[in-house]
Amino acid sequence: MPGLIPPRRAPAAPRRALSLKSRQFRGVLYQALAVAVVVLLAWLLINNTLANMRARGIQSGFNFLSEPAGFDIGESWLSYDAADPYWKAFLVGIVNTLRVAVTGCVLATLLGTLLGIGRFSRNALLRGVCRTYVELFRNIPLLLQLLMWYLIFLEYLPLPSEALSLGKMVFLSKNGLSFPFFNGSLQFEIPAAGEMQIVGGATLSPEFMAVLLGLVLYTAAFIAEVVRAGIASVPKGQAEAAASIGLSRIHAMRLIILPQALRLIVPPLTNQYLNLTKNSSLAVAIGYPELVSIANTSMNQSGRAVECISLIMLVYLLLSLITSALMNWFNRRVALRER
Amino acid sequence: MADTFIPIAPRRAPAHASGTFAALRRNFFSSLPNTVVSLLLLAVFTWLAVKGWNWGIVNAVFAANADLCQAARGIGACWGVVNEKARFILLGRFPQAEQWRPVVASLALLAPVLASCSRRFWKPWLALVWLAGVAVFFALMGGGVAGLTKVPTDQWGGLPLTLMLSIISMLLAFPVSVFLALGRRSGMPAIRSLCLVFVELVRGVPLISVLFMASFMFPLFMPVGKSPDVLVRVVVGISLFAAAYMAEIIRGGLQTVGRGQQEAAASMGLTYWQAQRKIILPQALGAVVPSIVNNFISLFKDTSLVTIVSLYELTGALSLALGSDPNWRPFKIEAYLFIAAIYFAFCYAMSRYSLRLEKRIGLYGGQHEQ
Repeated sequence: MPGLIPPRRAPAAPRRALSLKSRQFRGVLYQALAVAVVVLLAWLLINNTLANMRARGIQSGFNFLSEPAGFDIGESWLSYDAADPYWKAFLVGIVNTLRVAVTGCVLATLLGTLLGIGRFSRNALLRGVCRTYVELFRNIPLLLQLLMWYLIFLEYLPLPSEALSLGKMVFLSKNGLSFPFFNGSLQFEIPAAGEMQIVGGATLSPEFMAVLLGLVLYTAAFIAEVVRAGIASVPKGQAEAAASIGLSRIHAMRLIILPQALRLIVPPLTNQYLNLTKNSSLAVAIGYPELVSIANTSMNQSGRAVECISLIMLVYLLLSLITSALMNWFNRRVALRER
Repeated sequence: MADTFIPIAPRRAPAHASGTFAALRRNFFSSLPNTVVSLLLLAVFTWLAVKGWNWGIVNAVFAANADLCQAARGIGACWGVVNEKARFILLGRFPQAEQWRPVVASLALLAPVLASCSRRFWKPWLALVWLAGVAVFFALMGGGVAGLTKVPTDQWGGLPLTLMLSIISMLLAFPVSVFLALGRRSGMPAIRSLCLVFVELVRGVPLISVLFMASFMFPLFMPVGKSPDVLVRVVVGISLFAAAYMAEIIRGGLQTVGRGQQEAAASMGLTYWQAQRKIILPQALGAVVPSIVNNFISLFKDTSLVTIVSLYELTGALSLALGSDPNWRPFKIEAYLFIAAIYFAFCYAMSRYSLRLEKRIGLYGGQHEQ
């Protein structure tokens, strides 16, 4: 009987020598170095900042938020006046940012989807219009577009006394867009042209409209491209199959193509929503009182630059996180359920 | 029974499927709704074209004469404002006598960019061309060398500043973004999370807040009494911002390189850095060049934001040129259209280039997971 082969020796435990030849040790070393550099840098920056603040006599801390702001805000959904504290001014700014961002996302999605679908029209003229639109609007800086819209609103719209009106219900003038809405005592009110201004109803300021228009037209161009790419990714056989069971082109688009394209559309669409929200900060250039504009004024008045800029960043980070979370939820709903 | 042969009437020849007439019918008049849309759009176009032609050409004032412009207000465009202010809008407040310098400097900076667009020039000496271009740019703009008078950076402006901000920021951002992308895929958890936090933080905030930070907070970060020039601070801010976005693009490129490539490199005895430099990065970067060009387009447009922190690039120089001049201020819209055309020309050219690259990569060099 041949003897059994003696069992192989258990492998030696991996060497954990404290030597540069050990890969693990190098890994730990590099990471420790990286963390040390970052901590050192942070310490240096904070130290410098504190030294600078002492040297310049700048006060620091967030306690200024409870002091009266002392500036007025042009438009606000919350009741606000100059005697209110800074935190309330910031709140007004956040609400104004949300107002323009949410409306903007909805309108840009509508316009962008139409433009994206238009790229697949049978009509060459319509295809050309959609293409030209996309190329034109996405190749000009948003800031420039906002400035142009604002200028057009200020220069070329009539005075309130000669407002353009739509059936004496909706008025458009230098004062903005007035339309019938519930007033303070919850009564439905139709605006009317007065001597100096339009009274009654609800009014959207020219600043708000310029920002909204600029953001919507700009972002719609990008969304159109996202939608186009999504539709183009659906295999041609799907459209042909839809046609063969007698669906019209509109029905095929709505019932067969778009639901499948949505899977590819949603992730980049989320990016566009995030971009739109971040881009709403450009409103500071035309004086729409959103978060950045309020923070800018507060910064100049209170001298707390560090605190105000941190607040801007914090709020935008939160908004980004919330938008991502919402869109991820939506994405899971439209995602392909694979069995 | 008489067998008579009665032929069926011949089928009509099918409608022409090719030719101008058929193409017209297919594209514009294939059905009733299609025809209606075509005619409607055609009517709108004609109306717009006639209006635009009358406003922009027929009734427009081309001479730099504010009174004539005022007379034509509302009827025709005033291109005189461009005629009068173009120099200021394009070059900013650079001293009048020295204005050849920003022009030559811009060309020097554009030359390496244009050379990089063609694969023929992708040779090691291109790096030297870049170095020379950047050096010539700063020498000419800043002065102080070769007998050129010194020009402080707050007098730089217009198109040279726009080009400088976008091109230099891109140059600085590129290496940073490569390291960030590699860091996010690294096996070391501390480095991975540092890179992740940086990229996600920066991508979560608007550029304007980064610019505010560069403009108001950077001076506080520096040792007491020392603060770099505002232009330097803004370039650093934009570079870090661009680096975060580009890192994500490059990370996407790294993901397209199959795992086998890394393993093959390791099996040949290449170290981590050798493998990245010789095997992984060339493939990853090649696949994402179009996206990098697109990123550069957004960066180019985004430089317009520095207006808000009082740097007078193209958009800022325009406000500066017209803001203080009541004669010409009413004709701002024409001036806006002028710089919009400049931005459009640059961005459109770049987007066409990116599209061409994308097609070529798709045809020949696409990377596939194995």
